Amino acid sequence: MSVLVGYDTKLIVQGVGSAGAFHAKQMIEYGTQVVAGVKPGKGGSKVAGLEQLPIYDTVAETVKHHGANTSVIYVPPPGAADAILEAAAAGITVVIAITEGIPARDMVKVKYVLDHEYPEVVLIGPNCPGVITPGQCKVGIMPGYIHKPGGVGVVSRSGTLTYEVVHQLTALGLGQSTAIGIGGDPVKGTDFIDALAWFAEDPGTSAIFMIGEIGGDSEEQAAQFIKDYVTKPVASFIGGQTAPPGKRMGHAGAIISGGKGAAADKIAALKDAGIAVAPTPAEMGTTLAKLLS
Amino acid sequence: MKIHEYQGKQLFRKYGVPVPIGIPAMTVEEALAAIPKVQQQAGTDVVVVKAQIHAGGRGKGGGVKVAKTKADAEDAVKKIFGMQLVTPQTGPEGKKVQRLLVEQGLAIEHEYYLGMLLDRATAQVTVMASTEGGMDIEEVAATHPEKILKEPIDPAIGWQDWQSRSLAKRLGLSGKAADEFAAFMRPLARCYEEEDCSLLEINPLITTKDGKVLALDAKINFDDNALYRHPELEAWRDPNEEDPAESEAKKWDLSYISLDGNIGCMVNGAGLAMSTMDIIKFYGGAPANFLDVGGGATAEKVTAAFKIIMSSPDVKAIFVNIFGGIMKCDTIAQGVITAVKEVGLKVPLVVRLEGTNVELGKKMLAESKLNIVAAADMADGAQKVVKAAKETQR
Repeated sequence: MSVLVGYDTKLIVQGVGSAGAFHAKQMIEYGTQVVAGVKPGKGGSKVAGLEQLPIYDTVAETVKHHGANTSVIYVPPPGAADAILEAAAAGITVVIAITEGIPARDMVKVKYVLDHEYPEVVLIGPNCPGVITPGQCKVGIMPGYIHKPGGVGVVSRSGTLTYEVVHQLTALGLGQSTAIGIGGDPVKGTDFIDALAWFAEDPGTSAIFMIGEIGGDSEEQAAQFIKDYVTKPVASFIGGQTAPPGKRMGHAGAIISGGKGAAADKIAALKDAGIAVAPTPAEMGTTLAKLLS
Repeated sequence: MKIHEYQGKQLFRKYGVPVPIGIPAMTVEEALAAIPKVQQQAGTDVVVVKAQIHAGGRGKGGGVKVAKTKADAEDAVKKIFGMQLVTPQTGPEGKKVQRLLVEQGLAIEHEYYLGMLLDRATAQVTVMASTEGGMDIEEVAATHPEKILKEPIDPAIGWQDWQSRSLAKRLGLSGKAADEFAAFMRPLARCYEEEDCSLLEINPLITTKDGKVLALDAKINFDDNALYRHPELEAWRDPNEEDPAESEAKKWDLSYISLDGNIGCMVNGAGLAMSTMDIIKFYGGAPANFLDVGGGATAEKVTAAFKIIMSSPDVKAIFVNIFGGIMKCDTIAQGVITAVKEVGLKVPLVVRLEGTNVELGKKMLAESKLNIVAAADMADGAQKVVKAAKETQR
């Protein structure tokens, strides 16, 4: 079992420039059903190295001709918000936005429209590594080979830290049900609570690892949610314990501002909720393993 | 991106948000010449001389002076220009004042706080207002949260006049001041939206004895992700306000922040970069910087990043911590080797590589014959680099 993506995923790639094409190839090699690419104005053309992939002008055509149900977006920031909304309007139900650097103003509008017009659409990201169900389907930019099918659901605000925890878990023999990168932007689609709820219900998920970082208060809310609703074992890690206030640490959303968003507050909230917190990023895997032994 | 108060007020003027009469000055002479002009335009002798630095709390540090006469104003200009202004936000070393704003003095009736920023929880821009103007608003939020009023801006229709009326009522504004407040808010909300602001603070917003509403201060930050839509803002960047290493990093599109420690870090991914700082601290070291080389970096970019790290005299050891996803380990290895060949390696270098093309990357580093300490994993690397930094420091 898995959440969001799996054997049923019929994926399209919006934005098949160099990055999109490179990752489309990687996803196909992993076994993901990539059914089409979308490149406005270039419908009917071919992408070098991906000659088997049909290219369309619009998302609607891919839904009509291939039954596409999931989209991954590599469109550069100026067109990314538009691409997300096009996917939603065409009937795509899972939209995974990899693009980093989308203006917050654009995402505020996207989120507003999705919430009001397309409540059934799940948006992951933007500024995220994507979603992978090991052995079934890889959607995004993560290195596939570090993953292993199993029962740990992973949800994270950081890309490379997700790879780090997955690598550690795999080395310990703990496979993953699905790993979801929710992204590092302040305005995003899915947040921790949504992902935690999916994992809580997924029969294929037996434990959860959650990776947060400084900025905002999603981790505090997640801690409360876990305390109230999640009975599966949960371990976590929070990045940015040494980050100075007022400085944006790479991710647009990773900033301690107005005295809010510090790692210490998040760790305290998680511990209060009875969640195991790894003391260092090198001990994420062992922290969960200890919980399961 | 941050801008100065006087630049923020120029922006306000463009949108029609009322601000006091004022003239910015880049030299003492310009400031002295501005005094009679402001006095004449405003029809009053009272002027305010304000230090223009990006940090807040300027008044407390002596960077803002009200002068009742031309002579007093000239004194204030001479005193403030060039001073090392220390505020709670500058750190103990302070910030040298190289720009001034000479502004008309006003008969203040009351001071308010007004802020606009993105509320992550609702994913909407929120207007915050308080009768406790002129105060440290974070302190008000902590001690009297009920004194901070909030009004969200609907992303579909924008700020509405009824919201201004509602806020005015709750702030105790009535009559002409309430009307003026609505007229103030309309262009302000438009400015926030159209200029892609990420933070807008007016502290204080004032009402005058004759019922006017004006922005006495202007603190504006812009969304870095949206700067491509506003190329004209580049001219407002003040190099004196930016860390030279951070500016150099920006040219290469690297995410870099200078810190106080002595261990240089080069990492891919913001989360891993932050956590690398954490684990260095955990093992008793102190990071000299945050550096995320990003996912799609080229060897040239990695070389540039490495040079920026090595340019700091404080750096006593370097930790390269890479988990290759899109980033390939051989690209990192190539960038490091090139940088070391160009500028030499004066301090110990600890490298931890994992992920895409890891074997190739390790092989390249081994064959380069550079003096590199290989780390098995993150914890091993962190311990080795902390130890190396301590030994070099001695």
